Amino acid sequence: MSESTIDLKAIWNESGVQAVLDKLDAELIGLAPVKKRIREIASLLVVDKVRRDMQLAAGAPSLHMSFTGNPGTGKTTVALRMADLLHRLGYSRTGHLVAVTRDDLVGQYIGHTAPKTKEVLKKAMGGVLFIDEAYYLYKPENERDYGQEAIEILLQVMENNRDDLVVILAGYKDRMETFFRSNPGMSSRIAHHIDFPDYTDGELVSIGELILKDWNYTLAPRAKKVFLSYIEHRRTQPHFANARSIRNALDRARLRQARRLLDEGTAVDKAALETIEAEDILESRVLAGVPAATPPKKERA
Amino acid sequence: MMTNTGNRITQGQFSFLPDLTDAQITAQIKYALKNGWAVSVEYTDDPHPRNTYWEMYGNPMFDLKDPAGILMEIDECRKTFPNHYVRVMAFNSARGIESPAMSFIVNRPENEPGFGLTRQEGPGRQVRYTVTSYAAQKPEGERYS
Repeated sequence: MSESTIDLKAIWNESGVQAVLDKLDAELIGLAPVKKRIREIASLLVVDKVRRDMQLAAGAPSLHMSFTGNPGTGKTTVALRMADLLHRLGYSRTGHLVAVTRDDLVGQYIGHTAPKTKEVLKKAMGGVLFIDEAYYLYKPENERDYGQEAIEILLQVMENNRDDLVVILAGYKDRMETFFRSNPGMSSRIAHHIDFPDYTDGELVSIGELILKDWNYTLAPRAKKVFLSYIEHRRTQPHFANARSIRNALDRARLRQARRLLDEGTAVDKAALETIEAEDILESRVLAGVPAATPPKKERA
Repeated sequence: MMTNTGNRITQGQFSFLPDLTDAQITAQIKYALKNGWAVSVEYTDDPHPRNTYWEMYGNPMFDLKDPAGILMEIDECRKTFPNHYVRVMAFNSARGIESPAMSFIVNRPENEPGFGLTRQEGPGRQVRYTVTSYAAQKPEGERYS
């Protein structure tokens, strides 16, 4: 090969990675550390590709990842984007994502697990296998649990078919750490551990607005303020699932808005149809005990 | 048989050609998957041309996107039955068709002894022909060891 220079930027642009990253930036709010890490991985892959073209030894990079974070922090969404990204960079042939949980991998009786796990793996070949709540695969309290068998097959394929398949494990941070501690083989085969931080209240409001925009709704100015206080209170309650909770809350607000519009019984215009008012959110059970925001009607949502 | 030197059995696609390499098999499977056919792996050690129903190695594989998974299965079948015939089938499940669309051999025994032709004299000048595989004279499972 001649001593030529290569325009990395051109290759970067050509691969279409920037489009994926831009989309990631536009559609996912917050998650700065995650985005930074993904950009780093993308850069590594681009540079690796160039190095390979220049015949510089570059071992096939290990791409298996682990996404840890609380529920609703965007792990599945990012995994989907990751599949697209790897496809554009040529590290995944089809770029499809197969999302599974323990049920899809582990069988119910002896001899059931291996074919089941293999079938899933075969379906995921050429793409990305996303194992949600991966720590459920390992149940130390039951020594006859078949999860261990699934893990062993998984490990074998992760090692032997590194070019065919990228595995992404996802789950809560602390439980994933226990899982990795008890499965050192798994831990050592995963190169990228990415932690998804919780969203701040402000970010959650922006996410809410983005969801509403998707549904062709808008928040009234006062509703926005109420929504912020809703998020503050919702966070202190159990089963708070970040963006997912927001989505559900807005779903319910939409129901209340529809009922309010019918109850008012007057003619509605386009603006009324697409605006979520403060009272639609105020009626929520979450804000029931808050003095400053007692709903006008004593109805439970 | 007559036109087939070297006694290699000729069933399905590509059987007059030299054995397919893994890369060629991958390309064929890719074509099958592109058409949405379900690919399965089968084996037998009875090479008779009328033996159409071979043993299934695992279930047919539906909803696959990439040939790598099937190649994995083929390799496993080859490892389990190194001295059997192994073929790959692609099944077209479209309503009204519902039949194999592709079928080709991916593994053969090292030594294929071929077929003998038996002529049976019938009434008058009638002759009945029977094709028998020399290998099939041994019991199943010991034919190509």
